[in-house]
Amino acid sequence: MSPKTIYDKIWDAHVAHEAEDGTCLLYIDRHLVHEVTSPQAFEGLRMTGRTVRAPDKTIAVPDHNVPTTAGRDDPKNMTEDSAIQVAALDTNAKEFGIHYYPVSDVRQGIVHIVGPEQGWTLPGMTVVCGDSHTATHGAFGALAHGIGTSEVEHVLATQTLIQKKSKNMKVEITGKLKPGVTAKDITMSVIGETGTAGGTGYVIEYCGEAIRDLSMEGRMTVCNMAIEGGARAGLIAPDEKTYEYCKGRPHAPKGAEWEAAETYWRTLFTDEGAHFDKVVTLNGADIEPSVTWGTSPEDVLPISGVVPFPSDFEGGKVEAAQRALDYMGLTPGQKLTDIEIDTVFIGSCTNGRIEDFRAVAEVVKGKKIKEGMRAMIVPGSGLVRAQAEEEGLADIFREAGFDWRLAGCSMCLAMNPDQLSEHERCAATSNRNFEGRQGYKGRTHLVSPAMAAAAALTGRLTDIRELV
Amino acid sequence: MEKFENLSGIAAPMPLVNIDTDMIIPKVFLKTIKRSGLGVNLFDEMRFDRQGNEIEDFVLNKPAYRDAQIIVAGDNFGCGSSREHAPWALADFGIKSVISTSFADIFYNNCFKNGILPIVLPQEAVDVLMKDAEKGANARMDIDLVAQTVTTSDGEVFSFELDSFKKHCLAEGLDDIGLTMEKASAIDTFEASASAARPWV
Ligand code: SF4
Repeated sequence: MSPKTIYDKIWDAHVAHEAEDGTCLLYIDRHLVHEVTSPQAFEGLRMTGRTVRAPDKTIAVPDHNVPTTAGRDDPKNMTEDSAIQVAALDTNAKEFGIHYYPVSDVRQGIVHIVGPEQGWTLPGMTVVCGDSHTATHGAFGALAHGIGTSEVEHVLATQTLIQKKSKNMKVEITGKLKPGVTAKDITMSVIGETGTAGGTGYVIEYCGEAIRDLSMEGRMTVCNMAIEGGARAGLIAPDEKTYEYCKGRPHAPKGAEWEAAETYWRTLFTDEGAHFDKVVTLNGADIEPSVTWGTSPEDVLPISGVVPFPSDFEGGKVEAAQRALDYMGLTPGQKLTDIEIDTVFIGSCTNGRIEDFRAVAEVVKGKKIKEGMRAMIVPGSGLVRAQAEEEGLADIFREAGFDWRLAGCSMCLAMNPDQLSEHERCAATSNRNFEGRQGYKGRTHLVSPAMAAAAALTGRLTDIRELV
Repeated sequence: MEKFENLSGIAAPMPLVNIDTDMIIPKVFLKTIKRSGLGVNLFDEMRFDRQGNEIEDFVLNKPAYRDAQIIVAGDNFGCGSSREHAPWALADFGIKSVISTSFADIFYNNCFKNGILPIVLPQEAVDVLMKDAEKGANARMDIDLVAQTVTTSDGEVFSFELDSFKKHCLAEGLDDIGLTMEKASAIDTFEASASAARPWV
């Protein structure tokens, strides 16, 4: 048998049908659903008299729209259109009999945080969701990717997806990271290296010592942004850390089933000599704390750098860079650490987990955020919030002057009331810095949680290594 | 879904790279539970100012391009979120084809579900088509799905690649859920053997 990558193995284990031209029906093990991209899909089922084929493999949670302030289980505290979407999810979940975590449930949170937390996401699975950051679940050695609403409907009705196989890409991060460098800096640096289209047509396997050294949470951060590099999915082979994380989760297997599962999971690695169509290697020691200056995640630089000149680029990117500089209100040549910010947003499916919050607490403990700074910290789930309360992190945040909120997507995409105002400048731990992403004409700089915390204290983009 | 007929239309030039789905349809318009009616908000933040007035120099506001059915765009069109609202908005506005050197994966797939043909061509070809599009309303571009060609107003022809299954569905306007359901027995068989092999799933 020819050697296979982990992607090849998971793919082969899920092909339910293959047509002559190579178009496959890929069987889906877990389908996650949220309120924004699903109403039209459920409506489609109703109109055609179809049902959900595997309701026990379908999990719904509202996250994008929900306010992150108290009183949100009362629809009166939501805008009317948001309330309609959340109510539609509620109705659809009940009517079609799928698993559901409403806002009133402590387990509610961002769909990509809830899945792993509840043990829905396990190694070797195929996981899809009508959301591009589904790549997050790849951290478990699952094949996970985002789909559009028509595909949501297709999966609901058939539990499969029409797919052709992607190519294999390997991203290897060798060696050890330097102090102050995090999973977020790895994933941003990779995009800086490959560009936002560098992964188009590929499924990425992240490997190497620096990836192995990461916790499961760090690995989720890395895979989360695979989509920003254009890849269909990003994944990491499971290991002891993966099993340790999964064990005992509510929906993880137990007893003899666990044993069988673990035995199977241990076969999920890339065979010696397996073929990769593209290989990117970064030396972990070369990665610096990173920050974006522009309006695309590929506009990334080490924090020690300066704002680039449009003439540093070529082709269509010259115009894009000029447009980004105008939008961001930056001057070429300006030191990144001289950029003053008004707002800090810590949260999202990239960095809204407990370890992210521990990293923030470490930086801000006993300190106060800069006067006039708006600093918002939004847990990725109700359980993350509860744990942060229990560990005393929430008190540290409140004492430092942070606004400690309820779980949801919040200012990551600003569909709820958490938004930037015009020209407000934000250091954010989320994953997208597109024009208008966090609010009309809002300006976003993507950073790690520790760097966001540092920026909250100093009022400017800050090299975390100055503070530790 | 409507069949994709051969197209002869006005092409709007959008040379910007990385046109993302937040630009195509800003999130404020995602709060709908319908698929229709999004065309008026296509490219909203680029097309209108905060008072709702048209921004004159945005390409789709120029008289020559108001009825454009084709967009010729810079690299990596449709990157970002998985929102199908992006192709819904394009289709609702009347766009039937987008031409670029590359597309983001999810957006690319979403187009076919909505009767839009995304065409990938090499940089040199896109450069020629961009120039052609810049000529305005008198320069109509022709797209032939069956022959897989784009023809400029000057008669220059470029061939493009297309997956045969996607082409078939687009040309026939097929509902792919219906097609998949015809293979229900294959799915049943797979499901039974998979749940025996991996009962924890
Ligand atoms: S946190 Fe942001 S990126 Fe993640 S699912 Fe929510 S909106 Fe999408």
